[in-house]
Amino acid sequence: MSELQLKDLYEGFRNPEVIKGFAKLINEEAKQLKNPINIMEVCGGHTHSIMKFGLPQLMPENINFIHGPGCPVCIMPKERIDHAYILAEQEDTILVTLGDMIKVPGSRGSLQDARAKGADVRFVYSPLDTLKIAEENPDKKIIFFAIGFETTTPMSTALIDVVLKRDIKNIFFHINHVTVPEVMVELIDSRDEHVDSYNNRIDAFLGPSHVSVITGSKIYEKFPKEYNRPVVVAGFEPVDVMEAILMLVRQFNEGRCELEIEYKRLVTHDGNVKAQALIEKYFEKASLFKWRGLGNVPDSAYKLRAEFAEIDAELVYADILPREEIEDHKLCICGDILRGMAKPNECTIFGTACKPTSPLGSCMVSSEGACAAYYKYGNLI
Amino acid sequence: MKKQITLAMGNGGEENNELISKIFYKAFKNEILQKSEDAAVIHNGELAFSTDSFTVSPLFFPGGDIGKLAVCGTCNDLAMMGAAPKYLTCSVIIEEGFPTRDLEKIVHSMEQELAINGAIVVSGDTKVVPRGNVDKIFINTTGIGEIQKKGISSNNISLDDVILVSRDLGRHGATIFAAREGIELTTDLQSDCASLTVQVQALIEADVKITALRDATRGGVSAVLNEWAKQSNICIEVKEESIPVSQEVYGICEMLGFEAVNLANEGTFVLAIKKEDELKALEVLHKFENSSNAVKIAEVSEQYVGKVILLSSYGTKRFLDMPSGELLPRIC
Repeated sequence: MSELQLKDLYEGFRNPEVIKGFAKLINEEAKQLKNPINIMEVCGGHTHSIMKFGLPQLMPENINFIHGPGCPVCIMPKERIDHAYILAEQEDTILVTLGDMIKVPGSRGSLQDARAKGADVRFVYSPLDTLKIAEENPDKKIIFFAIGFETTTPMSTALIDVVLKRDIKNIFFHINHVTVPEVMVELIDSRDEHVDSYNNRIDAFLGPSHVSVITGSKIYEKFPKEYNRPVVVAGFEPVDVMEAILMLVRQFNEGRCELEIEYKRLVTHDGNVKAQALIEKYFEKASLFKWRGLGNVPDSAYKLRAEFAEIDAELVYADILPREEIEDHKLCICGDILRGMAKPNECTIFGTACKPTSPLGSCMVSSEGACAAYYKYGNLI
Repeated sequence: MKKQITLAMGNGGEENNELISKIFYKAFKNEILQKSEDAAVIHNGELAFSTDSFTVSPLFFPGGDIGKLAVCGTCNDLAMMGAAPKYLTCSVIIEEGFPTRDLEKIVHSMEQELAINGAIVVSGDTKVVPRGNVDKIFINTTGIGEIQKKGISSNNISLDDVILVSRDLGRHGATIFAAREGIELTTDLQSDCASLTVQVQALIEADVKITALRDATRGGVSAVLNEWAKQSNICIEVKEESIPVSQEVYGICEMLGFEAVNLANEGTFVLAIKKEDELKALEVLHKFENSSNAVKIAEVSEQYVGKVILLSSYGTKRFLDMPSGELLPRIC
């Protein structure tokens, strides 16, 4: 038997013939649609795939993508980036975070800027790499700035678990983990002063598969039932996305409104129960979390449970962390883009004042944001 | 411009260009510099002249070290103008406490690579600075080469040209990233670090009609193609499926959210060749081990002037833009 190669894991899911086949089926099925449908891909990973593989060009006119808020870097509000910046500036401190978080600007600049001014800012690929940094720098305080959706949350709790079990004294946590279903509700059913979702145009959702590997598909059950929006949990390869769209179109044509799983190779109804238990052990829901571009969203984030106050950087450093709210840029229309009410190129500052190298709004910040994806890959239809 | 210099400004992409044009070109402005080629063409088009400084962590990496890199880098820049490297200078800044054995190893690598290029070091300088003032060792090399074929320029690419790459992309960038601190990756991957003089000489000897050559260092092949599209006022249409990428590099890219076309290479070059000479050029390149998988990746058109577009095998297209920002792994 020949050895398993990496390409075996993705090649079939990028097969041009299969993609073309799905495109043909979608175009045929879509002819029967009574009304055009707007599908929100919630996750930034999906936005990235859709734009990278040019999938909108394969869609009929009556199927439209709305790019959702599922990019953990993009939605980080300036207030919390400022926290990271201030923590990084402290003496004998190393601020550790994940990948592209370090380029997102807060009101004082980005963590890259802090690093250019002399702060010790490092990024790790796995949160557990923080242990090595702490071990090599016993005289310094290491602050892990934890970010991400349900997918990355268990990795942070795994680090917390080790830190507490080994009684490591120099690692602290600033928790910014957010959750998907709550913000989906916000987009379709909110009447708050920042976000009025009354006119939202979202007809259906593509659910992010990696989130559901952890949480299970069960977190989306209420959307078909209570909000009349079908959900298909889909993988990130182009074939996955195409198949999921076909599944959604068929639901509309057959008059169904259901939760379905396209990414059956890893997603189950219940998800990774062990990871969920770890999250439950260390975290509880924060009552409000501010999302860049969307404002405060109830129950949409985690915080450390009170009994872990001594490792909670937000409490340990409470005296130096500012609490004032900072408004988003007034010309930025990220909030409308995220609710499907506008496209990135309809924004007056898109590509001019707001670019990936100098982002003003959340959607331009990371390559997964809708505006950044538009800017990077263009709209060559 | 930002008030402080950030790492992104050294990325070989957009921010880097801004730094160069707003500070250096502004001050040093002259006709030769503004041609913005890999090496300056001077002395009535007879000599090519180039300089490069080298800093890499780790200093010794699979497939090479900073010494080999320092000679290849400058010699390749000369070769890209159709020149045979002749004379180099070598200037090193060393941190106090640096192991002498390592320095010997590095200089030995330089010696070997000079021999491959047929070049010699004719002048040099050493500085030792207190601990912490540089990161171990920085090397600068400057080189002069004799131009064997005149008129090679990235400003002259036209509809009569096709675009080739000399080998699979992204090996150096992926190797260095995998070896970097904080990224625990195990791979057999080796940097492509190599001198390109021999291949270029062979192309010239075979009388291949070369329009432009560029080694795809920082910013990778996408930076080269974007610069060419702008400098020559053309549109470059890349066929995605024809881009050669090794399994190892592809794996690292998939895992970290990179694209091989944006990763640095140190022994890989892009060629703009007259259409009729495509097969001839490939035949020459295929004789060398490190260009044995050279292949055509793109054609020139007028569809979107100044832009590079990527065509998928299932009928979609998108822009391939200049890499920007610091190379950072995506979060999930």
